[in-house]
Amino acid sequence: MIFQPAIIALLLAAGLSLVMLAAASPFALQVLRHWDLGSGSERQLRLERMTYLFSMLVALVCGLQLLATLLFVFNADKMSVMFVGAMCAVGALNANEYGFPALYAQLVLFFVATSWLAVNRLDNSARDYPLIRVKYVLLLTYVPLAALVLWLQFNYFIRLEADVITSCCGSMFSEEADTVASEVSAMAPRDAMILFYAVMSAAILLAAWHWKSATRGIWSGLAVGASAIGAFFAGLMGVVAFVSLYIYEHPNHHCPFCILKPEYDYQGYALYVPLFTAAAAGLAAGVLTLFARRPSLAALAPRASARLAGIAALGFALFLAVASFMVLNSNLILLD
Amino acid sequence: MLELANIRKAFNQGQHNEYWALKGIDIDIPPAQVNVLKGPSGSGKTTLLTILGCLARPTEGRVRLKGEDISGLPERFLTEIRRSTFGFIFQQFNLVRGLSAVENIILPGYPTGTPRGRLLERAEALLAEMQLSHRRDAKVEWLSGGEQQRVAICRALINDPEILIADEPTANLDSKLSAEFLVILQRLAAAGRTVILTSHDPLVVESDVVDRVYSLRDGQLIGVQDKAIA
Amino acid sequence: MNRWIEKQRHLIDFTANSLARRKARSLGLLVVYTLLVFVLASVSLYTHALRNEATRVLAGTPEIVLQRLIAGRHDLIPPGYMDSVGRLRGVQKIEGRLWGYYYDSVMKANYTFMVPTDRTVADGEIIVGPALERSRGLAAGNGISFRSYSGELHTFIITEVLPHESELVSADLVLMSEADFRRFFTYPEGQYTDIALWVANPREVRNVGLKLMEKLPDSRPILREEVLRTYASIFDWREGMMLALLSAAILAFGIFAWEKAAGLSAEEKREIGILKAIGWETGDVIAMKFWEGLLISLLAFLLGYVAAYIHVFHGNFALLQPVLKGWAVLYPSFSLTPKIDGLQVATLFLFTVLPYTAATLVPIWSAATTDPDTVMRG
Repeated sequence: MIFQPAIIALLLAAGLSLVMLAAASPFALQVLRHWDLGSGSERQLRLERMTYLFSMLVALVCGLQLLATLLFVFNADKMSVMFVGAMCAVGALNANEYGFPALYAQLVLFFVATSWLAVNRLDNSARDYPLIRVKYVLLLTYVPLAALVLWLQFNYFIRLEADVITSCCGSMFSEEADTVASEVSAMAPRDAMILFYAVMSAAILLAAWHWKSATRGIWSGLAVGASAIGAFFAGLMGVVAFVSLYIYEHPNHHCPFCILKPEYDYQGYALYVPLFTAAAAGLAAGVLTLFARRPSLAALAPRASARLAGIAALGFALFLAVASFMVLNSNLILLD
Repeated sequence: MLELANIRKAFNQGQHNEYWALKGIDIDIPPAQVNVLKGPSGSGKTTLLTILGCLARPTEGRVRLKGEDISGLPERFLTEIRRSTFGFIFQQFNLVRGLSAVENIILPGYPTGTPRGRLLERAEALLAEMQLSHRRDAKVEWLSGGEQQRVAICRALINDPEILIADEPTANLDSKLSAEFLVILQRLAAAGRTVILTSHDPLVVESDVVDRVYSLRDGQLIGVQDKAIA
Repeated sequence: MNRWIEKQRHLIDFTANSLARRKARSLGLLVVYTLLVFVLASVSLYTHALRNEATRVLAGTPEIVLQRLIAGRHDLIPPGYMDSVGRLRGVQKIEGRLWGYYYDSVMKANYTFMVPTDRTVADGEIIVGPALERSRGLAAGNGISFRSYSGELHTFIITEVLPHESELVSADLVLMSEADFRRFFTYPEGQYTDIALWVANPREVRNVGLKLMEKLPDSRPILREEVLRTYASIFDWREGMMLALLSAAILAFGIFAWEKAAGLSAEEKREIGILKAIGWETGDVIAMKFWEGLLISLLAFLLGYVAAYIHVFHGNFALLQPVLKGWAVLYPSFSLTPKIDGLQVATLFLFTVLPYTAATLVPIWSAATTDPDTVMRG
C-alpha cells in the first residue's frame, strides 16, 4: 500500500459515492412501491420531495467521478516514478491487474450517471413523471457499480508496492522486480487512421442527421447512441495509436495520459473534453429515444434526444478537428 | 376560472392526530371578480386558499384551472403555474428584510429568467401606480405598514398574474388603510384580474367591492352569497 | 439558454446579497473553511516543494553511483578497480569521486568535504556553501583553519561562496583540490570514495547496473531513479501521515458545515418559505444554495491557498515548522522554489470542498423542500 493524499482522496471519493447511492436505495425502493402521482397523500408528497434529493445525489456522484477520474490519472502519472520501468501513468496503472479495470469502471460509472441525469431531466419535463420507476430501478443498479469501483480501486492501491531502497543507505537492487509494461499496445498508425476517421465521420453524420431531421425516429436515436459508444472507443484508439505520437513527436510513445501534462501544454484537455462531452451526450440521446413511445413523452423525448445529438455532433466534430490539427501541426512524419 | 370539486385535505395522515381541515368542498370561482372566503379561525379558509392558490395539493378531489385538471401535478409544475397565474399577498406581508422595496418586488421574477432590466422597469411602473416611487430604495423594514402592504401588492403583480390571492390582507391595517386597500382591489378587478381573499373583517366582507362571499365552518362550505344579486 | 443564464445570474445575485446580509454567520464559516484549506495547503505545498527540491537536486547527479562493499559495509575503491569496470555500452562518462565528512567541533556541525569533478580548485583554496558563510561569518578572501583528524591544523583561503539557490545540497559543502583532500584526510593515494557513472539513455541504466554487478560482485550500484523513488515515497508517506492526523480536523469541519447548513436561523427559514410561496421552485432554491456553497468554497479555497502559498514560500513555513521539525532533517534556511501542480490542487479540492458539499447536501435539500404554504400556516 502506498500511503499518500491523492490515494486517500480517491478512496474517499469512491467510498462517498457508494455510501450516497447505498443510502438512497431504501428510498428508491419506497418510490418503486408506493409512487402514486394521482394521490395527494402526505406519503406521496414526501416521496416527491425525496426525488429532489436523489437528483442532487446523482449529480454529485457524477461530478465526483469526473474529478476522481482526472485525479486517478494524474496520480498514476505521479506514482510512475515509484515503479521500475514505468515511464508514465500507463506503467503505474499496469503495476497490477486492477489499475486499468479501476479506471474503466470509473468511466462507466460516470457515463451511466450522466445518462441517468439526462433521463431525469427528461422525466422532470413531463407532467406525469412517466419514467419515475425506470429511473429508480436504474439507480438501484448503480449501487453495485459504485461498489465495484471502490473494490477495484482499493485492490489496486493496496497491492501497490513501490520499488524503493529499503534499508537506510543501502540499496536493494531490485533486479528480480518485474518491470511493468510501460506502453499500451496500439494499432498500426495507417489502419488506425482509416478506422478513426471512418467511425468518427459516421458518428458525426448520424448525430447531425438525428439532430436536424424531422422524423427523429427511435432507430436513428439508437444508432446515435451506438455510434457514440463506437466513436468514443475509436477516439481513444486514435489518440493512442497516432494522435499521441504526433503530439509527443516520438514514433513509439503511445500514452493517452501524458498529453494532459504541462510538458505538452495540456493539449489532452482540448481532445478529451469534447470527446467525453460528445460521448456522454450521444449515449444519452440514444437512451432517451427509448422512451419516445410513452404518451406524455411523445413530443418531449425526441426533442431532448435531438438536442443531445446536436451536442454530440458538435463535440465529435470539434474533437476530430482538434485531433487533425494536432496531426497536421506536428513535426513528426509517420506516413510517407 | 377556478373550479374545486370535492376537495378534502388531511394533516398528519395516518397518525393518531390525523385531522381533516377540509371535508369535501365544491367551489367555482368566476373570473374578474372579488371573492371572499369568510369563517371563524379553524374553519379551513386558509387551507382552502392554499389549495386555490396552488400552494398545496389537496389530499383528495379535483382542481381545475381554466378547464385543465391540475390537482395531480407535482410541485415542479404546480409552481410554474402558480408563478405565472397567481400573485400572493400575505397577512404578515412576508417581505424579505434587508432588501429594498424594489428588490423585494422583483423576487418572484427571478425564477422566470426575465432580464433584470425588464423586471426593474415593470417594478418601477407598479411602484408609480401605488405612489411609492419615492420609497423605491428604502429597506422594507423601514417602511410603514401601509407602505409595506403596497410593496407586497407590487410584488404580487410583478409577473402579471390573472388571479390575486390575499390572506387576511387587512388584519394589520387600520380602517383608513383597509379602505384604501379595497379601492386598490376594486381597480385590479376592474382591470380583469380575479381576486380571492380570506377575511373575517366586516369592513371587507360587507364592502361593495366584494362580489361574492363564501362562508366556511369546520372544513365545509355553508353558504355562498352573491353581492351583485343581493 | 439565455433565460437559464439570466436565471442563474438572478440566483447568484440573490445569494451573494443574502451572504452579505448575514455577515457574522457567513464570516464564521468562511474563516473556519479558509483555515482548513490553509493548513492542508501549507502541509501539501511544503512537502511538494521539498520533494521538488530533492528531484531538482538529484537531476544533476550521476545516473549510477558505484560503491564497494566489504562485509556489507561501504569501503574505499582500490586502485585499478575503475579500470576493471572497463568500457560498458551506454556509459558516457565514468569518474572516481572523493568526498567525506568533517566534524567541526567549534560549530558542532558536520561539513561535507568534496573534490569537485566538474571544476578545479587550486591547492590551498576552498569554496564553501552558504551555511558555512552564515555560521562562521565567512566571505570570499577570508582564511579558515580546520584541524584534521590526525591533529594537524590546515589553513585554506576561501575563494568563493556557492550560490544560495542550491542551498539544500550545497549548504554544508566545502570544495577543495584533490591534493588538499588527500593530505587533509591522509587519504590513500589512488583510492576513491565511490565511482560515478553517467548513462545517457534512461532505458539503459538498469542494464548497466546489472552488468556492473556481474563484473564486480563486491560492488553495489545505486541508481538515481531508485533514490528518487525512495524520496518520493518518503515524502508522500509523510504527507499522508500528516493528512491522516488532520482528518480529524476535516471531519470536524464537515460536522461544523453540516450544523451551519442544518441550523438555519428563523429568519432564513422564513425567507425560504417566502421565496417558495411567491413562486420559487424547490430546484430554484437548491440552485440558489448551490451557488452559495460554490461562492463560499471558492472564496475559502482561494484565500486559504494564497495564504498557504505565502506562508510556505515567503514565510518559510513558520507557523507549522515546530510541528514538522522532526522530519525537516534538512537545513532550516533554504527558500523553496514555488511550484503548484494540478494533482495537488485537485487533491486539496477533494479534501476540502467535497466534505463541505457532502455535509450540506441534505440540509440544503430539507430547507429547499419547505412547503410553499408554510408562510400562510404560520
